[in-house]
Amino acid sequence: MTSDMRITSVTGTVVPVRGNDIDTDRIIPARYLRAVTFDGLGPHSFEDDRKAAGGSHPFDDPRYTGAKLLVVNRNFGSGSSREHAPQALLRWGIEAIVGESFAEIFFGNCYTLGIVCAVVPEKEASSIQSAVEADPGMELAVDVDDSTVRTETRELPFIIPEAVREGFITGKWDAIAELVANPAEVRSIHDSLPYIGGFGGD
Amino acid sequence: MSKTLLEKVWDLHTVRELPSGQTQLFIGLHLVHEVTSPQAFMMLKERDLSVRYPGRTFATVDHIIPTQDRGRPFADSMAEQMFVHIERNAGEFGVEFFDESTGRQGIVHVIGPELGLTQPGMTIACGDSHTSTHGAFGSVAVGIGTSQIRDVLASGCLAIARPKSRRIEVDGSLSAGVYAKDVILHIIGALGVQGGVGYAYEYGGRVFDSFSMEERMTVCNMSIEGGARVGYVNPDQKTYDYIRGREYAPEDGEFDRAVDWWSSMKSDADADYDSVVKIDGSSIGPMVTWGINPGQVVGVGEKLPDPADLDGADRASVEEALAFMKLEAGAAIAETPIEVAFIGSCTNGRISDLREAAKVAATGKVAKGIRALVVPGSQRVREQAEAEGLHETFRASGFEWREAGCSMCLAMNPDKLVGDQICASSSNRNFKGRQGSPTGRTLLMSPAMVAAAALAGVVVDVRSLNQPAAQVPGDLI
Ligand code: SF4
Repeated sequence: MTSDMRITSVTGTVVPVRGNDIDTDRIIPARYLRAVTFDGLGPHSFEDDRKAAGGSHPFDDPRYTGAKLLVVNRNFGSGSSREHAPQALLRWGIEAIVGESFAEIFFGNCYTLGIVCAVVPEKEASSIQSAVEADPGMELAVDVDDSTVRTETRELPFIIPEAVREGFITGKWDAIAELVANPAEVRSIHDSLPYIGGFGGD
Repeated sequence: MSKTLLEKVWDLHTVRELPSGQTQLFIGLHLVHEVTSPQAFMMLKERDLSVRYPGRTFATVDHIIPTQDRGRPFADSMAEQMFVHIERNAGEFGVEFFDESTGRQGIVHVIGPELGLTQPGMTIACGDSHTSTHGAFGSVAVGIGTSQIRDVLASGCLAIARPKSRRIEVDGSLSAGVYAKDVILHIIGALGVQGGVGYAYEYGGRVFDSFSMEERMTVCNMSIEGGARVGYVNPDQKTYDYIRGREYAPEDGEFDRAVDWWSSMKSDADADYDSVVKIDGSSIGPMVTWGINPGQVVGVGEKLPDPADLDGADRASVEEALAFMKLEAGAAIAETPIEVAFIGSCTNGRISDLREAAKVAATGKVAKGIRALVVPGSQRVREQAEAEGLHETFRASGFEWREAGCSMCLAMNPDKLVGDQICASSSNRNFKGRQGSPTGRTLLMSPAMVAAAALAGVVVDVRSLNQPAAQVPGDLI
């Protein structure tokens, strides 16, 4: 099962979304959390930002249609833990995000869904954004095996925690199989905890 | 070897190191609410999995629940559907569910401590980023996404890497009119909204020693707004006194043994931290956010930044925030007119918050044209407030008195800003669109400051109200 879940590289066209501290309320407004499934979230990605931009938001720009990669700036995905945010982006078609930095829960949620978050220096993130704005058809490759972002003309190493890189290339990014594999070991930790097994003095 | 509380709790709950290098961490208490859990329960059903430790799992409804008319079915059919899902899932999977009929319903981060479920030395998870609140008791509490809720339900465990540790020591003492909310806003302003990414914040120092449990919760709650997924305070006598006698607390002789164990979980005096930050508490005044993230904050006597003084990304962020907030560069935050006042949320919806706000409310009337809401954090908080007559004080002053829930903190229920209304709010997030209108604007501050703004109709320094009632500014309706 894990062999087809391996993620070694994401290659495709790019959509640049500029701005620091873009929180998950902006990625998917709370009104779309009023649902019991993640279905249908994709089209609502960045909805309020898009409305405010009057059609000029990159997610509304036909030149970026079909992009698999998203390039962002600092502290992307801050705020609410809602997995709806990466779920919406995934359903929009995003498979990897390149940016200067990511908020922690968002980064973890992306990992669990197999979305690669690649950290590059500040000026590199904005220079990729500028390059894409000048040439929207440009392809980018996020190669997980050697932690390198590649364009036709450039190679740029990116930062990714080793455990996360490992998880992607071995196809073990969805932890559930590992977590349910050793119930007896888990049970013994459960039983050993004073607040469950008793505070002693028996 | 000396250890921090974080290390002690982590080690005790570690099942094994996963091949990925993350820890398989046992979760001792799993709290569930209606918004982030339905998909997780569905994933369990798809894989034919059960809830491994239903006795360690508790559910409530808080986000979508109306705070006015709670008759079932709810007028909002989507809210009704979400309610039905959590009710049914809890029933099917054997999870205890605190709905309104139990008298124990409320915001998940208010009821956990209130029922005595939250205790020192635990690992706690909830599909909600403000889970850090529970760290006030000396637990390691993390917010998780929906796939991780599935993981915890199915296995009792999380795959997670241990954060680094930062001790934030606030010494000195706070002046009158300065609250826990101001302390955490000050910390976020100083360290930035991203400063805590990868860290667990351990809060300590004289100010925290003298804080009540509710004040500690307010600070731990907003750790995530500073980027830190975990925030905690070492347990002490106040912690034990708070827990004693609560519904899920250890009883009688067991309680004393629990205290011995809880005390042993504190950080050792000579423990090492990856980082230490020291703050002088006496330098902190009432704080107000002016922008679109909680780090965009100033003292109530200060002025907003001017993008002209800044470069690059910082300049762009300030420009964007000022434009959205329709506030002027370099203007004073005091005297900014407000249209709505919201007192509540998991940050500041507890009894002590309502008491402080009521003291201010008692000095005058809500200014003309201002919509002011008080939403208790739980049914128990509401009951207690009513027993003390706080609801009468609020109503007499012109505030609406509501049922318990998240309400206008994120406006998934009918309580929403309209258009570009500007709201003085005791909640935790001032993100664009957070309070239910895409163009709605939020000014975060302490509950007492919100009450003061409601009376004055503008942002005011609550300390200026420590005067006889007659001198209170405010439009007497
Ligand atoms: S009160 Fe606000 S921040 Fe707290 S749990 Fe509810 S929605 Fe989230």
